[in-house]
Amino acid sequence: MIAFRNSMRDLGRYPSAVAGIVLIVVFIVVSIYAMVAVPYSEAIRLWRADEGVWYKNPISAPPAWTNLFRDQKLPESMAFDSRDESVPKTVMDIGKGLQETVITYTFDYSFDSFPKEMALYFKSAYSQKQPYVSALWITPDGREIRVMDASAGSSSTYYFSQDSKLERRLGGIKPAEGLFLPPESDSHVAQRGEYQLRLTILTFEPDSAIDAEFVLYGQVHGWAGTDHLRRDLSVALLWGMPVALAFGLLAALGTTALTMIISAVGTWFGGWLDELIQRFTEINLVLPFLPILIMVGTFYSRSIWVILGVTILLSIFSGQIKAYRAIFLQVKETPYIEAARSYGASQWRIIFRYLIPRIIPVLIPQLVTIIPTFVFLEASLAVLGLGDPVLPTWGKVIDDARVNGALFQGQYYWVLEPSVLLMLTGLAFAMLGFSLDRIFNPRLRGL
Amino acid sequence: MTTATETIPSTPVSRRPAGTFLRLLKFTAARLFSLFVTVVIGVFLTILIANMGGYVDTIRRAEIREGIMVRVNSTNILDNLSAEDRLKRIEDMARLEEKRLGLDQPFMVRTVKYMSNALTLNLGRAQKMSSDSGSRTVRLIILERLAPTLILFGASNILLFAGSILIALNLSRNYGSFLDRVIVGLAPTSSAPGWFYGLFLIVLFAGVLRLLPFGGMVDAPPPPNRFDYFLSLLKHLVLPTVAIALSTLFLSTYNWRTFFLIFSSEDYVEMAKAKGLTSRDIERRYILRPTLPTIITNFALILIFLWTGAPILETVFNWPGLGRALFQAVGLFDIPVIVGSTVIFAYMLAITVFILDFVFALVDPRVKVGSGENRQ
Repeated sequence: MIAFRNSMRDLGRYPSAVAGIVLIVVFIVVSIYAMVAVPYSEAIRLWRADEGVWYKNPISAPPAWTNLFRDQKLPESMAFDSRDESVPKTVMDIGKGLQETVITYTFDYSFDSFPKEMALYFKSAYSQKQPYVSALWITPDGREIRVMDASAGSSSTYYFSQDSKLERRLGGIKPAEGLFLPPESDSHVAQRGEYQLRLTILTFEPDSAIDAEFVLYGQVHGWAGTDHLRRDLSVALLWGMPVALAFGLLAALGTTALTMIISAVGTWFGGWLDELIQRFTEINLVLPFLPILIMVGTFYSRSIWVILGVTILLSIFSGQIKAYRAIFLQVKETPYIEAARSYGASQWRIIFRYLIPRIIPVLIPQLVTIIPTFVFLEASLAVLGLGDPVLPTWGKVIDDARVNGALFQGQYYWVLEPSVLLMLTGLAFAMLGFSLDRIFNPRLRGL
Repeated sequence: MTTATETIPSTPVSRRPAGTFLRLLKFTAARLFSLFVTVVIGVFLTILIANMGGYVDTIRRAEIREGIMVRVNSTNILDNLSAEDRLKRIEDMARLEEKRLGLDQPFMVRTVKYMSNALTLNLGRAQKMSSDSGSRTVRLIILERLAPTLILFGASNILLFAGSILIALNLSRNYGSFLDRVIVGLAPTSSAPGWFYGLFLIVLFAGVLRLLPFGGMVDAPPPPNRFDYFLSLLKHLVLPTVAIALSTLFLSTYNWRTFFLIFSSEDYVEMAKAKGLTSRDIERRYILRPTLPTIITNFALILIFLWTGAPILETVFNWPGLGRALFQAVGLFDIPVIVGSTVIFAYMLAITVFILDFVFALVDPRVKVGSGENRQ
């Protein structure tokens, strides 16, 4: 226990170890937050991106904070639903069963660039005759532009960009831009101020009702941005953390512990068992690790737990077994083992109580140092398209980005965000592991 | 202890006593044999994994039936039979063909047969992929992709080995200098694999700066002139090589520098210093020489790790090598190619292990003199 406390104190002397520990603690806190804030089933549902989950998000939008580095501020997405209290909606009876519904969306636009797209999503109830919608766009300087005149079905959508009449009315400029341009000006900067979209809807039946949602698709979104399926990357970035940590830790722990036990048992009993383990290690050395994982992923299952199991199985008989064997062979000859034998300790007691504990100091740095290898392995498999089919992980985000040409189209945020997180995770464990190695390995001390 | 490190590989017979050469030969032969057995077992396990769900067999049976159907439909021999008889006839033919190919034999017998086919890369035709020359033979597809992989990994590994040794020696000489501390500080960055740095390099040098190509092996269309072709190849080699180097260089220099430092504090080095030998001589004879076996073992592990990462690195850089073939085969579910690529990866790993063993035998006096264990 004292030795442990001493090594902890030693650890404090290495700035990289402290940085590593701080990072790891942050990761653990974020992981717990992710699992509490977005439960497992919810994360999977969100990532599956069914219809109606992400329709309010723009496609492939960089995160909102990129505006800090831009002169021309890009708009963020906005959505207003007439079912909300904040959107004024009045229904007036004008006789003969006719009703006039007026919905007014008012919003403040304080960006220089234009939205990607705007859309109105209608939900209406009627039996025979569809409600008729006419929409009016009111700019900050009071101009009124007629936008839409059409009937709205029970579940219909009006995209501003697809309205060719509106485009003609705006002088051939794309509606999403033309509606925001200041009058009589050559500049290509959006007019800031309070805009209004007023829908006047006629319904023709007494029990007919209508609601409409106005969505303005921005060019930036949230703190993480969105991908090609409008998914908010923050889900994957948050959930990637516990997945990466769990995979890395479990694989590293499983591999190291099993390697250690097998090596100890082999060395202790010697003979054919030792020989067998040695030969097995050599065979394992020529087994192509990643191709076999790829084969397993292709033929059997892509579940992260299956892959984890195969990874551990293939990593047990690594070159590490030889390193441990060399140490165990030395320890085996020490007097205290002789003493244990003479007082009649059983074989297994000697292995687990006297042999294995001696190797722990060598083992801990190794354990910490190989965690990143497995974290990256999971990402590698995802980049090869063999990631877990349902879980959102960092590797899958990188894969999506690569496959959809993010690098060629300049959507660097898409690749860089998960990559930076992967890098930080890897670095944190590697820095801690290297410092631990120096503390537990006296030969390296001061080198 | 000998000093003639560089003369041994070229003319081992003339300079060395015959006994040493014989021992080397014996060691090599024994190693080759044991590696061959190892590869056979390795491939057997691979096949077992690939065939465990009966995948390979199911596909071969389906292939047989399809072939017979095509044969029957292209002629009109069976036209006058009733539909039922026709089906029965086709079934009989298929069963006969299965028997001919040994598919009716027990699982283990079949697996061993398939293994011997896989060992000779005699895997028949690919299901969907084809080589650049248009052939669908698995062996041709794989052999065609072998050269690019060897170019990429050969070039980067030689650079890596030479670079690491030179830098590590330099650092151990200037222990504690600024550069030394920088490298030690950067060593943890080697926890990320090459493809990962590749992504950043592509973003920076291909995406933003537009200096180097995004990927591929040569420009499209390939330059007709040999010299231009070579230049274009070099240009495309830069980023993947740098990516591999970034993922290993710092760690290997850090490790090797530490080996050098540990060995340079030995008594015999002090002794040599006291004798007044030049620092160059001390480095070559007393530091580099005894650390070489350790360094080669370390390098072997790095190499094996790099081989393993080939599929993904080549995919990220669009390098038309074996790894990418494997990746494409996964995408197309082309099982013969997947099995074939896996087998050839096993071969390459074995060859790597063998070459390193051989070099190890050359530099390790225990093997040459014949004392101590030959293995490991």
